Amino acid sequence: MVDLSTDCGGIKSPNPFWLASAPPTNSAYQVCKAFEAGWGGAVWKTIGAPVMNVVNRYAAIDYNGQKIIGLNNIELISDRSIEINLKEISETKKLWPERAVVASLMVESDRQIWHDIVKRTIDSGADGIELNYGCPHGMSERGMGSAVGQVPEYCSMITEWVTEVSTIPVIVKLTPNITDIRYPGRAAKKGGANAISLINTINTIMGVNLDTFEIEPSRGGKGGHGGYAGPAVKPIALHMVSEIARDPEINLPISAIGGISTWRDALEFILLGSSNVQVCTAAMHYGFRIIEDMIDGLTNWMEEKGFTSLDQVRGKALPNITSFGEMDLLYKAVAHIDEKKCIQCNLCYIACEDTAHQCIDLLPKDGKKQPTVREADCVGCRLCYIVCPVENCITMVRKENGGKPKTWNELVKELPQPMSLEDLRKFQHEHGIEIH
Amino acid sequence: MNNIAPKLSREQYEENFAELHPAFTPVAATAEANRCLYCFDSPCMKACPTHIDISTFIKKITTGNMKGSAKTILSSNWVALTCAKACPVNVLCEGACVYHAKGEEPIQIGRLQRYVMDWYVEKGMPQLFTPAPKNGKSVGIIGAGPSGLACAAELALMGYEAVIYEAKHVAGGLDTHGIAPYKMKQQDSLNEVKMVEKLGVTIKTGIRVGETISVNELVRKHDAIFLGVGLKTPTRLGIPGEELNGVHDALTFIEKVTTRKWNLVDVGKRVAVIGAGNTAIDAATEAKRLGAEKVVMLYRRSEKEMPAYEFEFELAKKDGIEFQFLTTPKRIFGNGKVEAVECLKMELGEKDSEGRRKPKPVPGSEFQIPIDMLIKSAGQNIEETFLSGIPGLKTADGVVVVNSETLQTTNNKFFAGGDCINGGKEVVNASADGKKAAHGIDNFIFGRGK
Repeated sequence: MVDLSTDCGGIKSPNPFWLASAPPTNSAYQVCKAFEAGWGGAVWKTIGAPVMNVVNRYAAIDYNGQKIIGLNNIELISDRSIEINLKEISETKKLWPERAVVASLMVESDRQIWHDIVKRTIDSGADGIELNYGCPHGMSERGMGSAVGQVPEYCSMITEWVTEVSTIPVIVKLTPNITDIRYPGRAAKKGGANAISLINTINTIMGVNLDTFEIEPSRGGKGGHGGYAGPAVKPIALHMVSEIARDPEINLPISAIGGISTWRDALEFILLGSSNVQVCTAAMHYGFRIIEDMIDGLTNWMEEKGFTSLDQVRGKALPNITSFGEMDLLYKAVAHIDEKKCIQCNLCYIACEDTAHQCIDLLPKDGKKQPTVREADCVGCRLCYIVCPVENCITMVRKENGGKPKTWNELVKELPQPMSLEDLRKFQHEHGIEIH
Repeated sequence: MNNIAPKLSREQYEENFAELHPAFTPVAATAEANRCLYCFDSPCMKACPTHIDISTFIKKITTGNMKGSAKTILSSNWVALTCAKACPVNVLCEGACVYHAKGEEPIQIGRLQRYVMDWYVEKGMPQLFTPAPKNGKSVGIIGAGPSGLACAAELALMGYEAVIYEAKHVAGGLDTHGIAPYKMKQQDSLNEVKMVEKLGVTIKTGIRVGETISVNELVRKHDAIFLGVGLKTPTRLGIPGEELNGVHDALTFIEKVTTRKWNLVDVGKRVAVIGAGNTAIDAATEAKRLGAEKVVMLYRRSEKEMPAYEFEFELAKKDGIEFQFLTTPKRIFGNGKVEAVECLKMELGEKDSEGRRKPKPVPGSEFQIPIDMLIKSAGQNIEETFLSGIPGLKTADGVVVVNSETLQTTNNKFFAGGDCINGGKEVVNASADGKKAAHGIDNFIFGRGK
């Protein structure tokens, strides 16, 4: 029997799928409906300072016929009162005691104001608090949201104000609009956070109208940057989550966010060390019903692989992340084109010829031209594999070279320093690698 | 038979009977699945008589949850592989796809369903459902066609002992014996039979109820009976010459073709097919693909009234089948073997009770068509003799009378579904009936709702 239950910094939920703090979690009506559909938890839409919204809050990038590969928004935190939100959190928690209900908070940077809202949140019965240090628009200009997340000192200070009075777990939500995510992560740890959630949305301009020169979407002729989310941001989020997970100074549970649309996406984050995941864009595209396949698909995968709990899965991919200096320079692979599968679109040829290493030839075959790899010249860059539209037609074939692995870090120690190009060439030549 | 058409090469047969809608490659399936909008409360689901949650099973293809996808399909339809290949999707699910409203091609739901079911069969059809503990009740099912299989599978899942009695030696009904090989292979249907047996259903083949075992005995043995008996062999044309060598009925002919032993099925060089329904078209195209030089279909009404689906008509035309509308056979000539059919031209008169204009012969319009083979496909009848042996069971307008909600017949221990209650519809209708009747039976035995 597969158990999908998780614990993120002391907040328990029956499955790892939470709705992220966003429009889908604006009210008890929505959150209860989501729980009905099966969601394991919800982070309430951020409550706090008074706001007023504009229209045309969302914009999306569609790509080659697929809708919403990326979604941008400038909706602010909840425009409902703190009282109503806390009352609804309280009611929801009573109806759904075993689901996680987390209150997301954002108030101005004043210790007393923070103390006050934290105490009121605890009284509501919420399972935890998420500190919104990520919102990159509207609130940041007022010194909140990402304005806090971008300054590690503010991060740790406000986190401290919260944790010094909180009796429930505190999650710090980080902004990706920063150079090195580990610094605010360490600041959250310093401030006493119980867990870290990331990533919040990424600063973006979604497009420019070529007729009116307005930016997309236009609000009465004007627009501005918003926060970007959805499938397009997933690789960025995967990297940032792995950075937090691998940092020995942080060592906190992670609630992963960023382009998670399916159980597969969720698993990737869990394999990189996150305790659970938060979803927004996919739910905004299709509704709460997507949770059914998330649970079903994850359960089926666990059964198939013989796992019974997510603890057995968590972080399993982390040991496979390394720095460039630790990768084997002598691991050799070349592209191979399966002529039976090849449809002669020649995309591999032109990609290699124009933009890579000119090692694919078009050779005559049965009155047509067949792309063929000149293995001796193939550097194994993998561009042809990526552009090929036929599954399993181009494969990267491992070439045994008989030698032992050699990393850059080892090479640096073995060759005279500072390393000369001649010495490096000599090493490469000894191992059958010729640079053209 | 005179003038048996020369046999074709093995390669030629294979080419002629190659699948009309070949399987998707994984990349193509994923691309097509991703094109699906994942509509909420989707019209395709409503258009399917078994109400498969289509957008959900397609969504699961996109996430790589193939097992979940197969389960979604099978939880609504126990003969989903046959339906994926043989359903007239363009008048059902695909016909309802919202893309039509955008002026774009609908999602290829049938091929996607087939992609999932092929995967499931390839994986060895692992058990996806856990039958409820045995409830001690037993249901006898007459006929191992799609309605009987669906009814039995559903009952087995609910904890019933389900025993199917099948007159033929191979189960599957028309799924096994009556579907053109370029639509699906017989093995597909046999796999589906196996799937149903895996749920704990017992199938007794070669048992003709009323002969091998009496109806009374079944009534004694079981708490309820489901009739999935279909229709009986086609109506006689009632014209002279029907007994001649070379006169065949369409279903018997099609059954021979489903065995895929093409060179063992003789066809004449010149073939006439009587009727213009979907079965008639199957018989005509199969005769042509087996090597007949000329196949002509005779139909007493006009093209407008033709019962075959538009796409079947198109397929026949593409195969070079000729059509003689407003034409009816009057007699078949031949010296022991068929030599010609004498026809009469017809014209359309007053509308009948169904609103179709009634054809009437044009006096003196007789003409002959020289032929070597005649295939009859002018409708089937209900199993009147067998059904009249069930006390209290009423039939009307050529079908068994049932309660449309429970599919209970006028004998409360008997339920019915499929062709014998609808006069001959699609596999998917039979499948939906079987499932519905199972719940009707459950309600009857335990007095509980769906």
